[in-house]
Amino acid sequence: MNIVVCVKQIPDPAEPGALDPNTKTLKRDTKLILDESDAYGVEMALQLADAAGGGEVTLVSMAPNNETAGLRTALAMGAAKAILVSDPSLQGSDALTTSKVLAGAIKRVEGADLILTATESSDGYTGTVPEQVAELLGLPSVTFAKSIAVEGSTVKVERQTEAGYDDVECPTPCVVSVTAGVVEPRYPSFKGIMAAKSKPVDELSAADVGVTAGGWAGAGQEIVAVEQAPAREAGEVVEDDGTGAEKIVAFLENLRVI
Amino acid sequence: MIFTDEHEQFRATVREVIDRHINPFADDWEAAGMFPAHELFPKLGAAGIFGLEYDPADGGQGADHSFTVVYGEEFGRCATGGVAMAVSVQTDMATPSLARFGSPELKERFLRPAIAGTAVAAIAVTEPDAGSDVAGLRTRAVRDGDEWVINGTKLYITNGVQADWLCLLARTSDAGGHRGMSQIVVPTDTPGLEVSRKLDKLGQRSSDTAELSFVDVRVPIEHTIGTIDRGFQQQMEQFQNERLIAAYMATGQMALAVERTAAYARERHTFGRPLLDNQYLAFRLAELSAEVDLLRHYTYACAEQIVHGADLITVTRMASIAKLKAGRLQREVADACMQIHGGIGYMEETWTARYFRDGRLLSIGGGADEIMLRIIADLSGWGRS
Ligand SMILES: Cc1cc2nc3c(=O)[nH]c(=O)nc-3n(C[C@H](O)[C@H](O)[C@H](O)COP(=O)(O)OP(=O)(O)OC[C@H]3O[C@@H](n4cnc5c(N)ncnc54)[C@H](O)[C@@H]3O)c2cc1C
Ligand SMILES: Cc1cc2nc3c(=O)[nH]c(=O)nc-3n(C[C@H](O)[C@H](O)[C@H](O)COP(=O)(O)OP(=O)(O)OC[C@H]3O[C@@H](n4cnc5c(N)ncnc54)[C@H](O)[C@@H]3O)c2cc1C
Repeated sequence: MNIVVCVKQIPDPAEPGALDPNTKTLKRDTKLILDESDAYGVEMALQLADAAGGGEVTLVSMAPNNETAGLRTALAMGAAKAILVSDPSLQGSDALTTSKVLAGAIKRVEGADLILTATESSDGYTGTVPEQVAELLGLPSVTFAKSIAVEGSTVKVERQTEAGYDDVECPTPCVVSVTAGVVEPRYPSFKGIMAAKSKPVDELSAADVGVTAGGWAGAGQEIVAVEQAPAREAGEVVEDDGTGAEKIVAFLENLRVI
Repeated sequence: MIFTDEHEQFRATVREVIDRHINPFADDWEAAGMFPAHELFPKLGAAGIFGLEYDPADGGQGADHSFTVVYGEEFGRCATGGVAMAVSVQTDMATPSLARFGSPELKERFLRPAIAGTAVAAIAVTEPDAGSDVAGLRTRAVRDGDEWVINGTKLYITNGVQADWLCLLARTSDAGGHRGMSQIVVPTDTPGLEVSRKLDKLGQRSSDTAELSFVDVRVPIEHTIGTIDRGFQQQMEQFQNERLIAAYMATGQMALAVERTAAYARERHTFGRPLLDNQYLAFRLAELSAEVDLLRHYTYACAEQIVHGADLITVTRMASIAKLKAGRLQREVADACMQIHGGIGYMEETWTARYFRDGRLLSIGGGADEIMLRIIADLSGWGRS
């Protein structure tokens, strides 16, 4: 059972982030770390490989400045190897270009039965990359998985919905996005950290994965302006004259939340 | 000592484990006078925090001692000193002798689960009439065929209420003083072994501390760790791990306490100015921070000696100095932090109150300050003839 996990390396959310005023995107010149959202996919993949009695977990990432810190964390958790696409020409890539790069990298992994991603990243959170990767690879995709089981060449997914979950089946290979919080990611132990040092990270350029018009040039979107979120307006005060409950229900109905 | 990327990655693991599995529950555990060791320890075990330096063949991580420094410093960030202490009992007080001298069978049965965190261990040395003077202990293990029959009392035993097994130091021959003792692994479900009291304490309140009573407690002779009648000497070596980890943890704790106090003094205004604008206070914190730094680098020197295989005398001297200085400095830091916080610092809602209580133990437990001085004097050839 060979599994590819897309892992994004992002600026540490604990550090105050800053926007580059020219590009209006997040500055990424600091050390990047493994997006916590992707730790769930890595854990899920390791558990699935274990359950299948073997197979490799391969990481795929696109990140600036040949960043591998986040990959090392995932390798220390137990993934076997990684592919990193890092290329100055990719700076400013939109979600579609990112997906092309990831799809190009995934194609280089032989015999991948399953491709996992998070449902959305913690910094960009367009939540569009998984489906675009699937489309580019011509593979079926299942989103919002809360559990995954593989039986032969069938993937059985419990797909989270507002009301509960759907049981979805899908043939392998396929792309499945994993909801955050559904498994408890293991911590990189000393042994894992040391083992990760010697695990291979294949560093590729944009051309290696067949992407020639990446970055700002290839972006089909432009960030025109960044504005402060409007200040919160004063709330509505409901005096309870005995009909408080009804008023709250009416208020919520009006918002269409119930 | 130079920390590598790998040390920093491991530091991140330890920090996350504490932030996720310990600190959010610290207040509840303090109030309960106990933390759920059997729930928490398997999580720490899975992260490889127990058995850092132990042989991978026994389930250990095979790291060198410099990683123990990282683990210790980070555990200084625990929001409750009691849990840090309980964890360090498992890593550096109850298990080092077993790892060093235990038979393969004994390690398989008791060390492996302690490393996995599925078993909780305690160290049982102190008695009502023998604390500083370990050679005065009276608990006896008398041989009956292929069993020890143990009678006596142990006091102030950390993890004692929850432990699955004890590393017990008992008298096993009539030779007096520090001769004729043995270290014996005693499973706590052995008939005749009772928790006679759960003790109430000034600080370290999330940690359970027990008085244990032994009445004709029978365990196989094979439960002896290492050599029969060499228990005192083995325990003296084990004490060095205990003293070092206590110093590493205290250093992490003090550094954080000074930082947090400076941050508070920057926010708090009196007489129209931030407290920290008072040179008197800024200098006070600067001086403490300098002292903590000196201690930190002394602990690094200790660790380097161990990594390079220093002899026991060197390690004993250095560990005693580190523990002595850490205990004394911790009292000063805790006092200064409370003073700079003022009234709010005296309130239970502020971390300083708990820290003031927790930190006080270091000059008493694991060998009091005066015992450290005695060891340093002895090793220098001064004092007693
Ligand atoms: C409104 C907006 C603002 C943006 N702001 C910035 C910005 O501030 N700075 C900036 O650099 N870019 C920015 N971008 C670009 C954005 O980060 C890219 O679109 C990004 O490369 C992928 O989108 P995402 O992070 O939203 O992915 P999502 O679709 O949310 O990601 C889903 C999952 O796909 C996988 N994945 C996504 N990206 C990668 C990757 N690079 N490597 C491996 N796996 C991946 C992960 O598993 C991830 O959890 C912005 C885009 C938009 C539309
Ligand atoms: C919270 C807590 C947890 C503990 N956990 C454990 C545990 O897990 N396992 C365990 O075995 N023990 C444990 N102990 C016991 C601890 O190690 C002893 O309390 C300590 O060694 C001191 O012994 P004592 O209490 O008998 O004090 P005493 O030996 O009675 O000494 C009292 C004081 O006299 C002074 N003193 C003693 N001897 C001399 C001397 N020769 N010269 C000058 N001054 C001297 C010291 O200041 C000392 O503090 C714990 C104690 C506490 C409080």
